Formats: sequence, C-alpha cells, structure tokens
Amino acid sequence: MRIRALVIRIIRQFLRDKRTLAMMLVAPLLILTMLHLVFNGENYIPKIGLVDVPDPVMEKMDIDDAKITEYESVKAAEEDTLNQAIDGYVVFEGPMLDKIVLEGSDPSVNGAVMKWFQQATKKLLPSQGQLEINVDYIHGSDDMGQFDYFGPVLLGFFAFFFVFLISGISFLRERTSGTLEKLLSSPLRKWEIVIGYVLGFGLFTMLQATLIASYAIYVLGMLMEGSFFYVLLITLMLSMTALTLGTLLSAFANNEFQMIQFIPIIIVPQFFFSGLINLDTISDWLSWLGPVTPLYYAAEALRDIMVRGYGWEAIYGNMLMLAGFSALFMVLNILALRKHRAV
Amino acid sequence: MIVSIKNVSKRYGKQDVLKNINLEIESGEIFGLLGPSGAGKTTLVRQLVGLETPSEGENYLFGEMMPSLKLIERIGYMAQSDALYTELSAKENLEFFASLFGLKGTHRKKRILEVMQLVDLSEHLNKLVTNYSGGMKRRLSLASALLHEPELLILDEPTVGIDPVLRQSIWSGFYDLKTQGKTLIVTTHVMDEAEKCDRLGLIRDGVLIAVGTPAELKEKTGSASVEEAFLAYGGVQHEN
Repeated sequence: MRIRALVIRIIRQFLRDKRTLAMMLVAPLLILTMLHLVFNGENYIPKIGLVDVPDPVMEKMDIDDAKITEYESVKAAEEDTLNQAIDGYVVFEGPMLDKIVLEGSDPSVNGAVMKWFQQATKKLLPSQGQLEINVDYIHGSDDMGQFDYFGPVLLGFFAFFFVFLISGISFLRERTSGTLEKLLSSPLRKWEIVIGYVLGFGLFTMLQATLIASYAIYVLGMLMEGSFFYVLLITLMLSMTALTLGTLLSAFANNEFQMIQFIPIIIVPQFFFSGLINLDTISDWLSWLGPVTPLYYAAEALRDIMVRGYGWEAIYGNMLMLAGFSALFMVLNILALRKHRAV
Repeated sequence: MIVSIKNVSKRYGKQDVLKNINLEIESGEIFGLLGPSGAGKTTLVRQLVGLETPSEGENYLFGEMMPSLKLIERIGYMAQSDALYTELSAKENLEFFASLFGLKGTHRKKRILEVMQLVDLSEHLNKLVTNYSGGMKRRLSLASALLHEPELLILDEPTVGIDPVLRQSIWSGFYDLKTQGKTLIVTTHVMDEAEKCDRLGLIRDGVLIAVGTPAELKEKTGSASVEEAFLAYGGVQHEN
C-alpha cells in the first residue's frame, strides 16, 4: 500500500518531466547510433607515393585500394609526406625494394599503409604468395566489425550511465528538498523507500533496456547470435545495479554537482575494465579492479549471448553477481538512511 | 502530559546545540517555542518527531520513548522547508502523503478537501505546486501535516512568509484544532505570534531560559510585551 503510493508518485513525477524521460530513453539511442557510424565507417584508403619504381615491378604490384602518386626523386616524396599530402612513400633501388617511409603520426594510418603494402607486394615474393591459409572462426566471422565487439559493452554502459545519473539525482533531490525527511516522519519504513524506488524506476529502466537492446540489434544490426530475451534480462539486471548504486551514492553527495562528480570516479573506470580493453594487457596492480565493477560482469554476459551465442548456462554466474551487487547496494542504502531516522 | 523532555542535550562535534533541556507539555495546549534562529528550536522539535536522537537524555511522547515507529502515526510534522513535490499538483501531493498514513478511498478524498479548505486553498487543488506562491506552498505543507488527524502537531515556523490576514486565519485554524483536543507545538521567532500561545518556552543558545504563559513571563519580568520579557531573561543570562 505505502510502496504502491511511492511507486505511483515516482511514475507521475517522471511523466511530468518529459525532458528527463527523453534523456533516459532517447539519449542512449542517439549515442549508440553515432558510435555505430564512427566504428563501422568506410575503410581508410592510404595515400602512397612510389619513388622510381621499375616498370616490371609496377606491373606485378597490386596497387588497388590505395591512392598512388609516382615521384621522380626521394626529395619530392619526402616533401609531400611532410605536408601530409601522402601518408608515406616506397623507395626502390633498381628492381629491389629499398625502404618504406611513413608520415607516422597516426597509428591507424600507419597500419593501413603497412597492410596495403603487404597485399600489394604479395606477388613480388612468390614463395609466400602461393600459400592460401584457410581460416575458421569459432565465434563471429571475418566481416565482424569493431562495433560488433564493442557493441555489447557500449549497450550495457549507456544503460548503466543514464540510469545511475537519473536515479541518483532524483533520490538526492528527495533529500535536498526535505521530502525525504517528510517521508521519514511518516510511518513509511526505510526498506519501503528503497524498494519503492527500485520498483518505480525499475519500470522505466525496463522500458529503456527494451528500447536500447532492440534498437541496437534490429535497427543498427549489431551482431546477435543468441537469444534476445537474455540480452534484455542482462541489460535490466545491470540497470538495477545502476539504480541501486545511484541512489546509494546520492547519500554522499550534497547537491547535483557533486553527483556529477561521481561520473569520473565511478562510471568511467568501469568502462575501461569492462573488457573493452583486454584485461590481460592492463597492469596487474590495476586489473583487479575489473571484477569489482558491475559492468565487467554484464559486458561478459552480453558478449557471451550476442557474440558467442551461448545460453543461460554461460551467463547465470554473471547474472548472480549482478543480482548480488543490487542486493548489496540496497542493503547499504537502507543503512545509509539510518542517518536520517534511527528506527 | 503528552510530551516530556528529560535532561536532553545535543552536540554536533564540539558544538553544543541543546544544553540539558527539561520540559513538559500538557495535552490540549498550544505550546510555543520562541527564540532567535540558531537557538536550537528546530533541533529540539526534530528530536520529538524522531528525525534526530539526543546525545544525552530522553524524549517521551505519549509516555513512550522516541524515536518509535509506532508513535509516528500520532504526530503531524511540518518542517521548515516546504517538502513538496513541485512537479505534481497539490492534489497529487496530498494523495501521496495521505496514502503513506494508510488513508484511502472516499475517506482520503474527504480529508484532502477538508484540509485544503482549512488552509484556504480549495480552488487551487489541481494546480501544479510549481505555480504556487511561497505562502501557498507553506499552507499546502501545513495541510499535508493535518491529513491523518494527528493528536500532536509539531509545526516548525508554520507562518513564515504568510501575510497577516492569512496568518490570522491559520491561527484560528489552530484554535479549532485545540478545541478538538489536539496538542500543538509551534516554533516561532515572531514575538507577536508568541502572544497567541497558551504557554511559551523561551530558548536561546540551546538553553531553555524560561517557561510559562505569556502573562506569567511578562509579569515576572515586569515587561509590557513578550519581547521585553525575552530580553529580560536573555539579559540575566548574559550577565552570568
């Protein structure tokens, strides 16, 4: 009865605040779309200079997929490289390859030039050229884009980020406006306040999770090997941890600005430890942070479903961890409320 | 006896906010806590509603020690801040607070209309609180404390920002509640308002310097007004 009243009130407030509702529901879609466009953009076509290439070599080279400029002298090529008109140049001495010079300031361009070079000179080195290796993929495929791998993490991250911020600020407002004290001067129990918030906001996080997941998978065409239902379940569980963590941490902020300050401390580090960057490459003294962040478990579970196509048996451990986080945050929040009313 | 404050002290760190307060409040009276801001009035009433606990001493309400969840339903508390949900309408606010006290259906509807009538806001029932003026918010806040017909009303500066005409009508509301047998504790720093209380507690720097009816306090100090009486008591304290 009392919890129901609280839930109804939260829903009413939410529906009045159209802009916050839009931020929670539409903003993640907007950002996912932008990231999708950024990561799945066209392949970079390197601009390459060839200096003094003998005609027989030129004929054997595969110069597609690059913008080729021919130079008479090394000096001219060097000048164009310095002006960034070309990304690098190849110098020959007679029929033999002498060296490759790269402009070098952008690693991804360097990579593109080297990749092109290997393709282009395949036929110059006949011994290797003949060998065709057959590559099999256990998961994914050779046309899997970067977005497909990052996607599940991003999906989880943005669900987490917006729910954390909005629920945290709402609960903070309850405190700063004095309404929390008013609630505590009524027979409402402390646990009822926490449960009421979970249910009231839970409704909107459910809506958000459904929207984000279906948009990413069906509109943006993110790689999806497993069951949509599980993706929804994981996103929802993650949102719950965000909701409970947000309301808990709001107890340690005195105003909205201080709530925003939790973003670089609490939210951003999670992003790094969520498997976006391979944890094995992170220094040992830092990598232990991964397993204490909720996003780590959600990202792993989302990848198991979306990329690897596994089922419940692969994710239930991670799901339990997420449920554990939520429960822990809720209990801590009830304890934090003791500051306002001892009973 | 409805309220009994026994040897209550409160410290925040090294700062003494309340110093050994002893006070008893009778059932059915309007008791005023008078003192300048920062004197400790709010800290004291917050202890009575259970939002704070004393560092030393005990507070008893209805013969039981606070804080107690059982007693909360018998108290109506109006804080200094309005504590309303501004994005909701007055009606939605009251519906919510009424439900917290277990009011429902037609009884809830009836009570909402009654309290809105009392604070003279009936025609603004469906207005969003954002569009309320400061005085209207104060009255709505008062209305929300009356919803569940509490036996004891604790009102922290209830008439701040309310014009004299309306203040008069709100005080006549208080007298109505008193005739219904309710007890009211009102904090104020406005001296003329203090005259309207049955009994007064003068509080300054966390010390309860005098308790009595306005007439008694004036008589003992030979003052013409409560204000002079307050200064007389405060002055004595200053010399010590």
